[in-house]
Amino acid sequence: MSHDITHNEIGHDHHDHKPKGFVKRWLMTTNHKDIGTLYLVFALAMFILGGAMAMVIRLELFQPGLQFIEPHFFNQMTTMHALVMIFGAVMPAFVGLANWMIPLMIGAPDMALPRMNNWSFWILPFAFTMLLATFFMDGGAPAGGWTMYPPLVLQGGHNVGFLVFAVHMMGISSIMGAINVIATIMNMRAPNVGYLNMPLFVWTWLITAFLLIAVMPVLAGAVTMVLTDRYFATSFFNAAGGGDPVLFQHLFWFFGHPEVYIMILPAFGIVSEIIPTFARKPLFGYVSMVYATAAIAFLSFIVWAHHMFSVGMPLGGELYFMYATMMIAVPTGVKIFNWVATMWKGSMTFETPMLWSLAFVVLFSIGGFSGVMMALAPVDLQYHDTYFIVAHFHYVLVTGAVYGIIAGVYYWLPKWSGHMYSERLGKIHFWWSTISVNVLFFPQHFLGLAGMPRRIPDYSTQFAEFNMMSSIGGFAFGLAQVFFVYIVWKTVRGGEKATDQVWDDAKGLEWTVPSPAPYHTFEEFGPVDLDKMAHGKIH
Amino acid sequence: MSETSKDQYYVPHLAKWPIVGTVGMTVTFVGATLAMNSQTSTTPWVMYAGIAIILTMFFGWFSEVIKESEDNLYNKQVDGSFRMGMIWFIFSEVMFFAAFFGALFYARTLSIPWLGGEGTGLATNEVLWNGFEGVWPSNGPGELNGRFEIIDPYHLPLVNTLLLIASSVTITIAHHALRAGNRSQTIFWLIATVILGAVFIFFQAEEYVLAYQEFNLKLSSGIYGSTFFMLTGFHGVHVTLGAIMISIITIRVIKGHFKPESHFGFEAVAWYWHFVDVVWLGLFIFVYIL
Ligand code: HEM
Ligand SMILES: [Cu+2]
Repeated sequence: MSHDITHNEIGHDHHDHKPKGFVKRWLMTTNHKDIGTLYLVFALAMFILGGAMAMVIRLELFQPGLQFIEPHFFNQMTTMHALVMIFGAVMPAFVGLANWMIPLMIGAPDMALPRMNNWSFWILPFAFTMLLATFFMDGGAPAGGWTMYPPLVLQGGHNVGFLVFAVHMMGISSIMGAINVIATIMNMRAPNVGYLNMPLFVWTWLITAFLLIAVMPVLAGAVTMVLTDRYFATSFFNAAGGGDPVLFQHLFWFFGHPEVYIMILPAFGIVSEIIPTFARKPLFGYVSMVYATAAIAFLSFIVWAHHMFSVGMPLGGELYFMYATMMIAVPTGVKIFNWVATMWKGSMTFETPMLWSLAFVVLFSIGGFSGVMMALAPVDLQYHDTYFIVAHFHYVLVTGAVYGIIAGVYYWLPKWSGHMYSERLGKIHFWWSTISVNVLFFPQHFLGLAGMPRRIPDYSTQFAEFNMMSSIGGFAFGLAQVFFVYIVWKTVRGGEKATDQVWDDAKGLEWTVPSPAPYHTFEEFGPVDLDKMAHGKIH
Repeated sequence: MSETSKDQYYVPHLAKWPIVGTVGMTVTFVGATLAMNSQTSTTPWVMYAGIAIILTMFFGWFSEVIKESEDNLYNKQVDGSFRMGMIWFIFSEVMFFAAFFGALFYARTLSIPWLGGEGTGLATNEVLWNGFEGVWPSNGPGELNGRFEIIDPYHLPLVNTLLLIASSVTITIAHHALRAGNRSQTIFWLIATVILGAVFIFFQAEEYVLAYQEFNLKLSSGIYGSTFFMLTGFHGVHVTLGAIMISIITIRVIKGHFKPESHFGFEAVAWYWHFVDVVWLGLFIFVYIL
């Protein structure tokens, strides 16, 4: 009766029978590993593209004066660099990792909603093609900043519609991706895997997915208002009509602050997997890590106006947002403490993923500290819109989010590809990046404190030395990432065979399946061996 | 592997509809932007083409899912995933509306009073908008689009409120009938729900005509017009979609789909309908009455 065609197809499609041909294998895929790969490759491409834009910015800022590009093009570069990096590189990279790893980590056969999974991915290349096409239109690409503040953004000419719709598409993609993650985690765990057995990467993604569903629609609403203000004569952000441009900032940052945690929580998860492996000790304070993540997520909804201290809020608002923001440092501190305590008296080794994770802990903390400095409303009046902000968010996003992603790639690449990367090249990549990234971003703190404004193509000659330093660091860091692409390419193509376990003592169900992980895993839905999981038997 | 489908989580292979949907979405958005950017007012054919592709996609995609469901390929766990998908989708919609409600509250409690000179807005009012009084409803100190009147909540909107509440009741009765295995009752009450929804949309359209022609209340009537039309407009779109969804499940019931103990498609549509109803209650209170 139920032996219809579809059913028999599943029967035969089993085990490693990958669909043949490009269209079937990639365009029509429903396989979580293939979709994960698509996300990761897309993210890497966007990372290089966004990086190229950053190189243009640093080139222009190499010396005072205007040398290479027009101010208007400079503004397009800063705007598009941020949009590409945030929505094209960091977020898709995390979704790619989620696709690959969550089913493997909880013993699920695939993501819960495989067709929708395909959809969430394929929206992205189309959205970015549309957005990037604005470069070739009259008036060029959006240039009002990634924060899209009106009234400036409304002066974007022909690109406003494309910008808004591209953001809508990215939002739809993220929401569907997040729904899939939640449904997978809540509904697809192997029967004996409870919530408090889940790896931290799974936990942090569960909470991230919740944040995404809660805030992406608010961003969609805000940019919709931009659209109607621009084309349909509404007055959301027009004081003459009773609206207020500051309203946009509230809506944007209600999305924006949770968004920064969307970009960091999964990285917290990744380093929480890696550090125990190479310290050869269980993660210190697992449950407190879960609570700290949830607390950060909660707080992230109630601190948004710390991005707006200088727009003119009532004093009560300034004070409230100042204290609320500083509270985030508490659960963040719990996490840093736990990572350090995990290493305490561990038998540590320093393979490449561990190096990136350690750098993450140190450098992310620097970004966290500068965040607490800016959280002080009275002093933020000085820091706001200077290079100090640029230094802050690059410490948390580059040496935080991106370092987390790179650490995760080195950690799991052997599982994905079946090959070990070259430890020597990985270490060169690490030291090259870590030295150059500090040369790149650390001087920007001083520039900001001395008053150099952000998003301006020219500057006073007093800032010349630090800018030159920063640019040199930038070029070196950019080149290091091209080297990374080479390392990944080389590893995928061949190299020493990876064992199934890959890392000595690593815990987690992903290490119980062969390397490379077969096309289908955990097809028979049943209990897994909890001893193989890091937090399998903590009760 | 096991031979009975229900032991395994059904993982579909080779999805063709998502990419169609993506193409449709892109064509729609590009078409819309081209039309908005064009100096002359032209019919946005490209956008319509995109919408047609999207509709085709939904039709094809859901047909596939319905077929699989009727072929018994889904087990309880698949059902659970669908449920979560729908719940979180509705949650995302709630947050979308929250953005527009947020704009409404912000305008009413902050920006309009500030422009009227309250709190730190004193100098702004004196220097820029002298004489402007910050009271709601308002089209701002620039009095954009001129004087306007607002819709009386106790006429059409009240009727509409009763219609939607009644429709939430009828769909619940239909649900109970389905669970009791009484198909003709189910069909009757579903059709009643669709009719109530359709009348609601008709009245809403009537109200817009009235607003534009009699009251000079337009989308361009300052912040009042913006929030009024965007909130009720997005809600109206949702009611329309909901009514279409209910029509489709009605056809499915007529065709003999669903079982008394498992009928997720029905429930999803009912949840959606209740959600649309709750949003309306918010609108009725905060947009029309207060
Ligand atoms: C202890 C934690 C943190 C605190 C207290 C904090 C505080 C702040 C404050 C007050 C600002 C606004 C400064 C201004 O514009 O005047 C800011 C900006 C920013 N933060 Fe953080 N932050 C923290 C962590 C993070 C994390 C984890 C990320 C991302 C992973 C992040 C990303 C950003 C970004 C992107 C901006 C700049 C946005 C823009 O104006 O373009 N922050 N932060
Ligand atoms: Cu923030």
